[in-house]
Amino acid sequence: MFVALDKVFTMENVLYLGKGALISLGMAILSLLIGLVLGVLGASAKRSRFFILRAIGNFYVEIIRGTPMLLQILMLFSVVPSIYTAITGNVLRINVYLIGVIAMSINSGAYSTELIRSGINGVDKGQWEACETLGLSSWQTMKLVILPQAFKLIVPPVISEFITLIKDSSLTSCIGAIELLKASQVLGARYYDAMSPYTLAAIFYLIMTISISYIGKHVEKRLAASD
Amino acid sequence: MIRVEHLQKNFGQLHALKDVSLEVDKGEIVSLIGPSGSGKSTLLRCIHGLEKPDRGNIYMNDELMDPQNKEKYREQRNHMGFVFQHFNLFPHMTVLDNLNLAQTEVLGRSKEEATKKSLELLKRVGLQEKKDAYPNNLSGGQKQRVAIARALCMDPDMMLFDEPTSALDPEMIKEVLEVMKDLGKHGMTMIVVTHEMGFARKVGSRVVFLDHGEIIEDAPSEEFFSNPKSDRAKDFLSKVFYE
Ligand SMILES: Nc1ncnc2c1ncn2[C@@H]1O[C@H](COP(=O)(O)OP(=O)(O)O)[C@@H](O)[C@H]1O
Ligand SMILES: [Mg+2]
Repeated sequence: MFVALDKVFTMENVLYLGKGALISLGMAILSLLIGLVLGVLGASAKRSRFFILRAIGNFYVEIIRGTPMLLQILMLFSVVPSIYTAITGNVLRINVYLIGVIAMSINSGAYSTELIRSGINGVDKGQWEACETLGLSSWQTMKLVILPQAFKLIVPPVISEFITLIKDSSLTSCIGAIELLKASQVLGARYYDAMSPYTLAAIFYLIMTISISYIGKHVEKRLAASD
Repeated sequence: MIRVEHLQKNFGQLHALKDVSLEVDKGEIVSLIGPSGSGKSTLLRCIHGLEKPDRGNIYMNDELMDPQNKEKYREQRNHMGFVFQHFNLFPHMTVLDNLNLAQTEVLGRSKEEATKKSLELLKRVGLQEKKDAYPNNLSGGQKQRVAIARALCMDPDMMLFDEPTSALDPEMIKEVLEVMKDLGKHGMTMIVVTHEMGFARKVGSRVVFLDHGEIIEDAPSEEFFSNPKSDRAKDFLSKVFYE
């Protein structure tokens, strides 16, 4: 199985995989952050008193959650260049990492929408009423009372969304991004041994995901301090 | 002070309030009593505007409270404080910050002014040493006293209490009632939904008895308890008092 382990396991190759891991991590972080911004917008839309905004919010979440992320990446990959060409008349030299981040952000945004929405809904209704009787506006209530409490509820699922994104960033290998999975495949092809680089890739993934999960637990504990 | 005219409130098919009219003068302490589900909370919440009545009007100092007239309505509501059964303190803030928040955000007081006021009121409810505690580290009775102080920080002319002692362990009920009694002594106008008949009788000046969304009796406390007129009130009282 591990026929070329000694050849694969060199400083140079490990660094090569490490670079792939950093790309995976970078794409996941960017997508998570952009996704959270989209999530705030999505959650606001879904909570809006305007029907049209609620409809847009629902549409966004259902479409994204109901289709595979791989399909979303591939569609964006094929549709963006043709839109660009249609508008500017030029051919676009596409940056697959950018496409990857955009697709993952849009995807993550849908999940963040739900997660932020349920975090906000998870705050006791009595908090809204207390604020109302004290004369606070709904925006003040949201900002000063609801969101700080929702934040605590949102942290754990955000951590697991982050971990999902790290793993799912491997899907961008299909459009040519040389992230961790693709990097291991490149090595596998070079040494005619898939298992050794795959195993190293698995270790890199685990180092990232387990550390995040560990940090997440720590943050949760800190947040729970006032309870 | 406050006048309710022909108030109606439905929840779907359910008529929670059917044509309720009520007037409360300055300095009165009105106990709102009645069986569970009779519409006491709904009435109190309509008065403060937490529920929107389907019909009827509410007047504060002879001026209509009209939600359409936003600025005025806001100001009118700010004359009333509300205390909930379940306290609804902000769990992520210290006691002091709970009291300061609306003072700075709504009344525009400076942090110093607000803190001064907050400490004054914490002292009044006997909890100044708890100013830096978080609500979850307080007992139920302490939480409710903080909630009362928080409402008082806004300088209301009138206080509405919705079963303020119903969520408390028995040994904590008195400390909350004492605070309310003290408020009454200082002339605060109060409407109190309560099952504490002793409080209603001794501290309250008047009893309004509600059943099935209607006011069945409205009488001075002593008169209501010693000589209830309606059968429903008699029946209710016989159930409440264990003999
Ligand atoms: N938000 C609501 N939605 C539907 N029904 C409600 C709601 N609030 C109260 N009710 C109903 O209205 C009636 C009166 O309730 P409430 O005013 O809470 O009674 P009380 O405070 O006297 O126990 C009850 O039958 C209750 O179930
Ligand atoms: Mg009630």
